[in-house]
Amino acid sequence: MNLATIGFSYLKARRLNTALNVLLLALGVATITLLLLTTSQLEERMQRDARGIDLVVGAKGSPMQIILSSIYQLDVPTGNVSWKQAQELARHRMVKKVIPLALGDNHKGFRIVGTNHDYVAHYGARLAQGRLWQTPLEAVLGVEVAAATGLKIDGTFFGAHGLGGREGEHMHEMYPYRVVGLFAPTGTVVDRIVLTDVASVWAVHADQYDITDVARIAELMPDEEKEYTALLIQYASPVAAAMLPRYINQNSEMQSASPAYETARLFTIIGVGVDVLRGFALVLIFTAGLSVFIALYNALSERRYDLAVMRALGASPAKLMWLLLFEGILLATLGALLGVGLGHLMTEALGFALVQARQVGVSGMTWVNDELWVVALALGVGVIAALLPAWRASRTDIAGTLARG
Amino acid sequence: MLALRDLRHAYDGRDVLRVDAWQAEQGAHWLVLGPSGSGKSTLLHVLAAILRPTGGNVVVAGQDLGVLKPADLDRFRGRHIGIVMQRLHLIGSLTVMNNLLLAQYLAGVTQDRSRVREVLVSLDLADKADAYPHELSFGQAQRVAVARAVVNRPQLLLADEPTSNLDDERCMQALELLQTQARSCEATLVIATHDQRIRARIPDHFELRPLT
Repeated sequence: MNLATIGFSYLKARRLNTALNVLLLALGVATITLLLLTTSQLEERMQRDARGIDLVVGAKGSPMQIILSSIYQLDVPTGNVSWKQAQELARHRMVKKVIPLALGDNHKGFRIVGTNHDYVAHYGARLAQGRLWQTPLEAVLGVEVAAATGLKIDGTFFGAHGLGGREGEHMHEMYPYRVVGLFAPTGTVVDRIVLTDVASVWAVHADQYDITDVARIAELMPDEEKEYTALLIQYASPVAAAMLPRYINQNSEMQSASPAYETARLFTIIGVGVDVLRGFALVLIFTAGLSVFIALYNALSERRYDLAVMRALGASPAKLMWLLLFEGILLATLGALLGVGLGHLMTEALGFALVQARQVGVSGMTWVNDELWVVALALGVGVIAALLPAWRASRTDIAGTLARG
Repeated sequence: MLALRDLRHAYDGRDVLRVDAWQAEQGAHWLVLGPSGSGKSTLLHVLAAILRPTGGNVVVAGQDLGVLKPADLDRFRGRHIGIVMQRLHLIGSLTVMNNLLLAQYLAGVTQDRSRVREVLVSLDLADKADAYPHELSFGQAQRVAVARAVVNRPQLLLADEPTSNLDDERCMQALELLQTQARSCEATLVIATHDQRIRARIPDHFELRPLT
């Protein structure tokens, strides 16, 4: 027998009310936990995907769209840029490295990205099996692609035209891709794309050439017909940041986009939504606090004889105060623990849904330190809600109460 | 020993209790009699150390209650005074066993389940240890209330109208119970009552007169 036994017995005696309070608090805590987990993971992943890329160049259009389509593989591209202009840019003295990208098709919703081996090296992707592509129409799969499609080494598949993965799309049935390698997990965009040579994408979309020529497509195709979707650029020196974007925008048909700037802008936009949700979650938590307060305050009058009897049995006023505080803390602890668990579960479910939708996944199986603050907030709310009832309990008038009953 | 001298209690500036002197030997059984409004309950509360009188001297179990600090008074009350209230006031969310353990816990004495069982057995409640108060008959609940009052072996056992609303047979049983339990802890027993049926059973009477 101790304060915990008594506190638990009262919470048990008022099961429905206890459940309501715990649930209210848990929902608020779960929402904040979900936000913390998803935003921190998305931010981290997006920063990892954009790391080391100083500039992205694409066709004229929205810079944000260029970043989303070429780095994160989320949006559709703005258009194409010519091979010739790309070659000129690659020779520019402020450019250290250019990684070309050619988009256009997908396999079951996973994008087929034509590029060169520099892309693989840039993301530090390691092969789990097989080798990198050497000729057009050889493909290496990211880990999520392999898991979702079940494709193995030497398996073949067709690209579907477009980037969406919708039913009834035009299939490029003349040009089967062959799987030559599988990537190990990287935690980057590489996990959810199919990588192949740029020339594969050219071959698939240039129907006038004979299928037997595919291996030599880059030589056979006139340079004027060759196009890229976007170019990932590394600067040769920091000075380039001030000069190169303006040079590209003014002197070419191309548009430059800064990943750092656009990503920051994206988080500002997302941030508004996150703030609204967080505000909603805080309202839930404070509603829960109010509900706990009302429950304990009502308990005072319901239990006035119990409190008086406890005093008559020798309890000090402080003991009654602790009893009420303990009940508030107990409710808050239950709510916080349930909420954190629920938040992780919700995040895991969201991650599952996102992976099904071929989007950037999140995991509920990680932990961020800010969750401790959420738990602390919930406990604080519990204590504050219990303060006034606890103080009132400690002032129980024993003789006055018992004389009435 | 229990002793009162020049006891006064006023409520809202009006005297509700006045006792010039009263003394009871340790282990004696007394009735406090008087019509309603004569201050029976107030006197019981003063003896139970849950009400500090406006004036006068109260000695319970050899201890002058007036000199005790609030915290010491709480501890003294828990350890040396047992009270059976008219409405019993068992804690509804706790089992019979826990109601008794609660009395030990709040008094700050060692929680002793074998003592609790011993008391329950002596009151014929051995099979009710895990029952909740709402599952008991009134008679059983009253015995639990007595058990809770005596579990710490008090030196003073107080009972407020323990026999009202009881038929003759149960009235005598309740009285017998209180006397037996008081004897077994060698406690002074004080029963506040206006029940004429028990006057003959306890010879020592302390009469309160209504104040006008």
